[in-house]
Amino acid sequence: MLPSYLTMAAILFCIGLYGALVKRNAVVVLLSVELMLNAVNLNLIVFSKYGVAPSLTGQVFSLFTITVAAAEAAVGVAILIALFRAKGTVNVDEYDEMRR
Amino acid sequence: MFNIEFNGEFAAFFIFSTIIVCGAVLMISLQKVVHMVISMAGVFLGLAGMFVLLEAEFVAFVQVLIYAGAVSILMIFGIMMTNHQDAGGEKVLPLHEGLAAIGALALFGLLFYAIRTTDFPDPLPFQGGEENTMKIGQLLYTGYIVPFELLSILLTVAFIGSIAIARRLPEKINGASGGDNAGIGGGPAGPTAQLQTKEAE
Repeated sequence: MLPSYLTMAAILFCIGLYGALVKRNAVVVLLSVELMLNAVNLNLIVFSKYGVAPSLTGQVFSLFTITVAAAEAAVGVAILIALFRAKGTVNVDEYDEMRR
Repeated sequence: MFNIEFNGEFAAFFIFSTIIVCGAVLMISLQKVVHMVISMAGVFLGLAGMFVLLEAEFVAFVQVLIYAGAVSILMIFGIMMTNHQDAGGEKVLPLHEGLAAIGALALFGLLFYAIRTTDFPDPLPFQGGEENTMKIGQLLYTGYIVPFELLSILLTVAFIGSIAIARRLPEKINGASGGDNAGIGGGPAGPTAQLQTKEAE
């Protein structure tokens, strides 16, 4: 079962990567990053059951990842709201101060 | 190559992975942002089911509470605080999109090749399916107490910081808009604060 779960996580990660690279809306980019983090969580939990030395450590680390992802989502949405107040758009193509 | 035995776990895995992949692809292909968040909630619930399948019940319920609850609602708040009238009319750059698709597919091909060619040894039996929550708690409060406390500090700092970033600036509050905490700052009270004092009288 281990390769099936790992393939599932790889599919999820690649869909998230594609969404984060292609989508123009900043909220959707944040959602795609969450998708990639979820793929990593799935890998951690799969290896905590089907790894060479199964233990609960993988689940503990996935809890840590979930916490960091929640903090990341909160800070990301806050930055998005501040940027929207400053520029009046959520299109990531127009956030190009560093490029000009 | 596909040495899969068709048992109950595989059937449940198949159902959950169908839910997850359908939700993720819908998230990419839907037009409206709110629909995307709903399909992401479906992905999170499917992942929680897969965690139950992997004997990680506590993480599954944390996933439901934090991802399907908190993060989805946070994203919906982010959508509501920013307007999305122009969600459908986004410009498509074919070259950029094609390159991103090729890159993602190439990464998937590489990962798939690596997964299929690796010879995974047979695992030892997994201990910890029973009383999952208690064992995780013991592990968190003995072996991982320092990272746990550091994470609580990180979470506090991140939430206070996000409130400080997303709050309106005080000079804007004292203007004509009349913001949330206009009465607290000591400036001229906005219309909402006047309404509140009238109601209190």
